[in-house]
Amino acid sequence: MPANSLLIAGGTVIDPEQRLEAARDVLIKDGRIEDMAAGLAKKERLSGVARIEAAGCWVTPGLIDMHVHLREPGGEADETIASGTRAAARGGVASVLAMPNTEPPIDSPALARLLAAKAREAGAVNVLVAGALTLGQKGERLTEAARLKEAGAVALSDDGRPVMDSGLMRRAMEYARDAGLLVIDHCEDASLSQGGCLHEGAAATAKGLRAIPWASETVMVLRDIALCELTQAPIHLAHLSCAQSVAALRSAKKRGLPVSAEATPHHLLLCEDDMPGYDADFKMNPPLRGKADRQALLEALADGTIDAIATDHAPHRPQRKELPLELAAFGVIGLETALGLALTRLAAKGALSRRKLIERMSCAPARLLGLKSKGSLRRGADADVTVIDPAASWTVKPPFESLSRNTPFAGLRLKGRARATIVGGRVAYAL
Amino acid sequence: MAAISWDRKDLLGLETLSSGEIEGILDAAAPFADNPRSRGKALSGRLVAFFFSEPSTRTRSSFEAAAKRLGADVLGLSAAGSSAAKGETLLDSLRNLEAVGAEYLVVRQELSGALEPLASKLKASLLNAGDGCHEHPTQALLDVLTLRRKKGRIKGLRVVIVGDILHSRVARSNIHALTALGARVTVCGPSALIPAGIERLGARVSHDLNAALAGADAVNVLRQQLERQNRNLIASLPDYAGRYGLSPERLAGHKDLLILHPGPVNRGVELDSACADGPQSAILEQVANGVAVRMAVFSLLASWRARHAR
Ligand SMILES: [Zn+2]
Repeated sequence: MPANSLLIAGGTVIDPEQRLEAARDVLIKDGRIEDMAAGLAKKERLSGVARIEAAGCWVTPGLIDMHVHLREPGGEADETIASGTRAAARGGVASVLAMPNTEPPIDSPALARLLAAKAREAGAVNVLVAGALTLGQKGERLTEAARLKEAGAVALSDDGRPVMDSGLMRRAMEYARDAGLLVIDHCEDASLSQGGCLHEGAAATAKGLRAIPWASETVMVLRDIALCELTQAPIHLAHLSCAQSVAALRSAKKRGLPVSAEATPHHLLLCEDDMPGYDADFKMNPPLRGKADRQALLEALADGTIDAIATDHAPHRPQRKELPLELAAFGVIGLETALGLALTRLAAKGALSRRKLIERMSCAPARLLGLKSKGSLRRGADADVTVIDPAASWTVKPPFESLSRNTPFAGLRLKGRARATIVGGRVAYAL
Repeated sequence: MAAISWDRKDLLGLETLSSGEIEGILDAAAPFADNPRSRGKALSGRLVAFFFSEPSTRTRSSFEAAAKRLGADVLGLSAAGSSAAKGETLLDSLRNLEAVGAEYLVVRQELSGALEPLASKLKASLLNAGDGCHEHPTQALLDVLTLRRKKGRIKGLRVVIVGDILHSRVARSNIHALTALGARVTVCGPSALIPAGIERLGARVSHDLNAALAGADAVNVLRQQLERQNRNLIASLPDYAGRYGLSPERLAGHKDLLILHPGPVNRGVELDSACADGPQSAILEQVANGVAVRMAVFSLLASWRARHAR
């Protein structure tokens, strides 16, 4: 058997896309899933093939994180493609969707091609490209959706710079739909959130900080849903944070609209009261909200109203975080902790079955982004595989693969992590 | 008077203080308030430094008078337009003052919570003279001391705080101190100036000053700033004054109501001159008590430092 083969032996395959949860060996060849069967590893003809022992482990489609800030180009002191994708690999994530709010923003086919080429060269995992929705992310003129798609983009977003102009948003959605690209919207009405730093509630009040009301998100969620109904163009709502947005999404889905959404591990697991003092590692946008909001997100994730878990991995070097809270940057890292947190705090606690967990972290993002050869281990699919040890205990602490360390989960003891991350048949990470 | 169990290097806020600690400060302030000419030696030969990145003549001169009456040398530094975003960080500035020999750093700056992470990095005692919209502990202590001296107690008192609660560190520190000591606090103002979830700090909320004043023992009137108009938090000062300003008409029938104001007063806006200068006003006592309270805080911190020296 040639050297470009790999056998993952002795694990339990969890492939929600095939409705499969069973002991199976997986054979990879030439970057694709070649075969999957029980007892495959015992076959004489495969005795010479390199193998990963996966006894006691789950073998799942490679995880896909559809909301990641790699910071390159322009923010290399916070993260690079190399460091960010190493962080992904360590976290069991085989593919990341790189958000375009870099310096410069990825708003032209040439920049998208450059980024994709750099990612092929330096990336430890697959880097999928999101193009900007408007030129310079200024919210004024549309980018060239069709040509961005040709250049390799799989989605369009002005994440971080909310699109306030509803007329423009309508045209952007229509144009992206025609080009076959998903629009991802960071829902925030800047006139309501302006100057805010934490969720508008008792915690921000006690700390004396300007606050961001839930309505700043929900106003835009409702607008996007109306535009989705008007145009029938798909829209994906990024990092939802509050109960009212979830309710709006649920009713839109009931009406059959092509709207989808993601939630982050920090919004699923933390709320406004969890920030100790003025710790900027708990400052992100949207902010951590109330207990009831968190509960609504958990329910929506379990019942499928929220389609995917995405981290909004937002690295910032310490100089941008070790500041008075009002001056500190928004955002937290998440690639290295998402899987461990989901296993420990969602699956083990019964909030989400392990099959749903894998579905939300792999199959759903693949489906939403139109990645036909990812999010499944069926024969012929890309050989992106995550091997998960559900029993491995570890503590969240530096050193991280990420260049930054702005996590609100530092010091937390977790159970479960990636044992190996295989990307296109190559071992990108092994514990 | 029982020995006070003060065990803190700094005074950053009142939220985390126990009722015993707050009472301890008030008790320590009482003799200074009884005798406004009293002096002490608690800070004899010690250097107190001021670092104010927001202008304030009142708070600063009160701290300075308190420090000098306890024998301290004082060193002032006005950080013009300083914010941590520009040039030297706040920590660097304070470390410099420490290096010059300051053992007490009295700091005012515009960012909420900016002092909290610095306290453990400095050997000097930090005194918060106002941080953003967060806390202004000595102002609240002098308010409470004034109330206690005028009314004879705090427990069971009904206190109304009226005005821009959203941006007020004075309101927050007052709520913490008053509720800790058993007073009933109502905050009153237009919806836009009452922050979300203030009830969880222990205050009741009212948008109707006449209703809030019914049965109240004291009203603490906050200064209303014109800038709030620019963000549409109020429509205009006259519109605000009509609904939330304290006038003789509004005071009618409340002859035992004590009026407090942290100063400086916008006469005719939040407070009519007749009220500010009338018999129910405690504004000048507040100023006198401010020195006493700050002397008490310095004395307690000095005894802590003496116990923890070497
Ligand atoms: Zn965003």
